[in-house]
Amino acid sequence: MHKKPKKYSVFSLVKNALSYHENWKPAWRSPRPKKEYDAIIIGGGGHGLTTAYYLAKNHGLTNIAVLEKGWIGGGNTGRNTTIIRSNYLWDQSAALYEHALKLWEGMSQELNYNVMFSQRGVMNVAHNLQDVRELKRRWHANRLNDIDCEWLNTEQVKEFCPVINTSQNIRYPVLGATLQRRAGTARHDAVAWGYARGADAMGVDIIQNCEVTGFDIKNGNITGVETTKGRINSKKIGVVAAGHTSVLANMVGIKLPLESRPLQALVSEPVKPVIDTVVMSNTIHAYVSQSDKGELVIGAGTDGYTSYSQRGGFNIVEDTIMAIVELFPLFSRLKMLRHWGGIVDICPDASPIISKTHITGLFINCGWGTGGFKATPGSGWVFAHTIANNQPHTLNAPFNINRFSSGELVDEHGAAAVAH
Amino acid sequence: MFIIKCPNCGEREQAEFTCGGEAHIIRPKNPPELTDDQWADYLFIRQNNKGLQLERWNHFFGCRQWFNVARNTATDEIIKIYNMGEKAPIVEIEEPTTPSGEPSIGSGNFSTSTNTAKNK
Repeated sequence: MHKKPKKYSVFSLVKNALSYHENWKPAWRSPRPKKEYDAIIIGGGGHGLTTAYYLAKNHGLTNIAVLEKGWIGGGNTGRNTTIIRSNYLWDQSAALYEHALKLWEGMSQELNYNVMFSQRGVMNVAHNLQDVRELKRRWHANRLNDIDCEWLNTEQVKEFCPVINTSQNIRYPVLGATLQRRAGTARHDAVAWGYARGADAMGVDIIQNCEVTGFDIKNGNITGVETTKGRINSKKIGVVAAGHTSVLANMVGIKLPLESRPLQALVSEPVKPVIDTVVMSNTIHAYVSQSDKGELVIGAGTDGYTSYSQRGGFNIVEDTIMAIVELFPLFSRLKMLRHWGGIVDICPDASPIISKTHITGLFINCGWGTGGFKATPGSGWVFAHTIANNQPHTLNAPFNINRFSSGELVDEHGAAAVAH
Repeated sequence: MFIIKCPNCGEREQAEFTCGGEAHIIRPKNPPELTDDQWADYLFIRQNNKGLQLERWNHFFGCRQWFNVARNTATDEIIKIYNMGEKAPIVEIEEPTTPSGEPSIGSGNFSTSTNTAKNK
């Protein structure tokens, strides 16, 4: 058995500073896979790691493994623009994302790991009459669901975010905005590392560089997986593989309503604090915030075709930058430092699938599309409940896979926000 | 970003085109008799392959004509372009060695090796 990792505190910081920070212990182990586990989670991103963490913490299931084909947090967890909010239109989504937001609020304390969660507010800007109507509708829907939301007129937008261009003579003038003050950003890598450390401390094996290449099913029951590190047995397997979910589902003959597309983001050179909130615009398809390092973090829309290449078209970047520069003319001379793409799995109704499957013991959590990061803790929480009890939590019951046959879609297209 | 050779206009940037999704999905001949699952299959279920994918594309900012494209979604390489109504071609592509692995070129990630697989 391994020793529990030491608690991080100001004393451990001072102690390690005296030894030039050369004696920090690894935050999690790198064990060899055992022959058998009580449960296996495929995918070591935020959602997979939180699933393992809550399986151990809430359901006492500690003999579990997280299998990751690359390194943990190296997929979409490390490729998003770290925006966290819960101002969704429909009741089902609002409940799910609000549950996640409440978990974010206590996360750093719970994990003893600073995830740099910053409730700096998220502003969704309206540029035409239709935007104003849609956003006001969402504002009222949020109020009815006890989710904090405010409507700001143009002057209030300018007051809240002074660098925004509120001139009414531009192509897409700012006519108002909704503001969720409890929303904000977090450090995405820290979320993966914090949950990995927390899960590892409870005995979860995190196995990196281990790709699943096949499943073993006997009489409709899942019995194990084939991996690049050999066969591993388990009667419960959760697939949390984001863009590659269809690839895994194809191995067991499950057809999913997913399309995997590139979603790009980019960051600028670091500058002094200039924007202390998150600004999103659905109409002109851009969102921007400033990281603690000072870089502007800018997100784009998805490329319009299926791809697993983790890169997209420059025309998408150009469109996004045009929109950002019109809204924030003072950003026009900033140089962009890095640019990347992630592969997001998009459902026809832009809502996730967190569900059992027709194969006993096989569960899937996918379809988070362009907005999965904000749901990281909530997704793991309800998926762990689904795996442990073999039935969905009330929060994820509406997000079952059968909704595409029954017609009970949770249609957040256009209703949710940017790129949904 | 990749270049698509439009059958009418020649080589143009992908930004001029829109992707119409998976090709060869046949509209049901007997809609009133379809079960809910069959409707779901027709409306929503997609192959979403990593590797060879057959798609419909439209030269939206050009001749506005539709055509079919056989494309490797792991690398974005276009293998073959053929007309609407034609049967799916049999083509060979280079696939990653493992199902979720990375191809040797064309990906934002690195890979170690590849093999060649044939489309059935």
